[in-house]
Amino acid sequence: MKPLIALRSVAPLLLTGILVALVQGSLPDYWYFVLVVAGINIILAVSLNIVNGFTGQFSIGHAGFMAVGAYTAAKIVMSTRGLVSTGAGEQLVFLGALAAGMVTAAIAGFLVGMPSLRLRGDYLAIVTLGFNEIIRVIIENSEFLGQATGISGLPKLTTLAYVGMAAAITVMVAVRLLQSTHGRALLAIREDEVAAEAMGVDTTGYKVRAFVIAAALAGLAGGLLVFYLQLCTPKSFTFIKSIEVVAMIVLGGLGSVSGAFLTAAVLTILLETLRGFSEYRMVVYSLLLIFFMLGRPAGLFGTREIWDLLPRWRRKAAAGGAP
Amino acid sequence: MSAPVLEARKVTMQFGGLKALSEFELVIEPRELVGLIGPNGAGKTTAFNAITGVYPPSSGDVILSGERVNGQRPHQICGKGIARTFQNIRLFKQLSAIDNVRIACHQRAQAGFAAAVLRSGGFLADEERITRRAEEFLQVMGLAHRRDEQARNLPYGEQRRLEIARALATGPKLLCLDEPAAGMNASEKVSLMELVRKIRDDFGLAILIIEHDMRVVMGISERLVVLDHGVTIAKGSPEVVRKDPKVIEAYLGDSYLEEKHIAVPVGGGK
Repeated sequence: MKPLIALRSVAPLLLTGILVALVQGSLPDYWYFVLVVAGINIILAVSLNIVNGFTGQFSIGHAGFMAVGAYTAAKIVMSTRGLVSTGAGEQLVFLGALAAGMVTAAIAGFLVGMPSLRLRGDYLAIVTLGFNEIIRVIIENSEFLGQATGISGLPKLTTLAYVGMAAAITVMVAVRLLQSTHGRALLAIREDEVAAEAMGVDTTGYKVRAFVIAAALAGLAGGLLVFYLQLCTPKSFTFIKSIEVVAMIVLGGLGSVSGAFLTAAVLTILLETLRGFSEYRMVVYSLLLIFFMLGRPAGLFGTREIWDLLPRWRRKAAAGGAP
Repeated sequence: MSAPVLEARKVTMQFGGLKALSEFELVIEPRELVGLIGPNGAGKTTAFNAITGVYPPSSGDVILSGERVNGQRPHQICGKGIARTFQNIRLFKQLSAIDNVRIACHQRAQAGFAAAVLRSGGFLADEERITRRAEEFLQVMGLAHRRDEQARNLPYGEQRRLEIARALATGPKLLCLDEPAAGMNASEKVSLMELVRKIRDDFGLAILIIEHDMRVVMGISERLVVLDHGVTIAKGSPEVVRKDPKVIEAYLGDSYLEEKHIAVPVGGGK
């Protein structure tokens, strides 16, 4: 049984890694950049969807967790510079730093989640927004974190292969969670919190867990982003970024992993190709949101997945198979 | 005889100046079918909420199989063996019937988050067990053909039954049904009560059933407790309770009694 488990879990990652590694050499710089950003946005959207879509809580501070992860990773790599000379050593430090960023972001998620998940709806939204702003203000006033200019001169360690694998991990976590008893517990909280509690679901515990997982993945996305841009500034983690991610999942359909994945990819690529009109970015978002809310308020897929819409796959899924 | 499944001792619920329930006493033995009746606003659902932990009682004790549980959260109390349904159906509307029941089996799962993400053998076995168990309960409640249907698309009567299936799947020692027959016509009510009795016999559990239509529970309850304005006004077998003037008064008002020339005892002796 054991080797099978390893295969089930590692194969998708390896496959993505190898595939992207093969492709990335032949990509023009511009498209390389667009795909990196798209991958990072996929991580953000799919992870935020665990909180906002599965669990039905409304968090709009995702960029705050990104910042925590990014600054942790940046600080670790910068402070160990000169200690490691080989390329392989540098890669190892980088991966360790990303992991550390995930941990600190998860801790931040826990600290914010514990007290504020007693709140619902608008109140929770305001608290998470506040957290996002607090993080930004702390960074801008901290000498240690480089204030408004941030930390520059980071080595370019993020590759498309890393981003691809991180996105694959995120999607795998979300999909497998969704199809497990834990995922159903989260959905139950979204559907009816009182009934979920009465049916034996520890609602507070599960909300905190969802928050922690989403925060850790956001931290990972933050780390990957700054080591691609080679620059870690508070400007990358304003609440506008948080809103952008929320817009992606609302458009994709709250609760739909494939919806979040698709809109994150499509919107990123669309907006990058429209770079000439970058001032109108938010206008495009707002218009898209308005049109969707009028025409299809549940988002692209609603709570369904793309494989629910394809009859052949659906039968396979109903037969008890995992994708 | 073994310890009672549930013991409520002087349970009082106070909301500000309103005493929704005062010194509520109730003992339920294993396999007993007890009816909790009373007119609208009598405090029946409040009594339920106090027992199941939705609101912690202001004073008094709730004892479950010998263990004091007041102050515990509903999911903890559920884990100790009380399951309930809701007066206004609270299903997970957008989820399929099977998922509704599978969520109730959640506490039986041993595999953690990591096992779920890694799809370990233990996790898959867990899921398999949960699914089989859920399917069994759908079968028992005659909902097997609705397995993959969204809960909100089921007809009303089936939604009520799905809620009972979901409650049963938590594996309770005591099942609390909050007006399960609400909104049903007379013949549906009769068949539902048959089903309730059958569940008691087949699963060997105790059932506490709230109903405000007295006739419905008269037939199946071994014992009745009558509440009015939060106060227990009568207890005992259906025959005794039916004739209790205080019960008749609570249900039909003084005017009815005067009309029928039944004397209302002053001071309220039982």
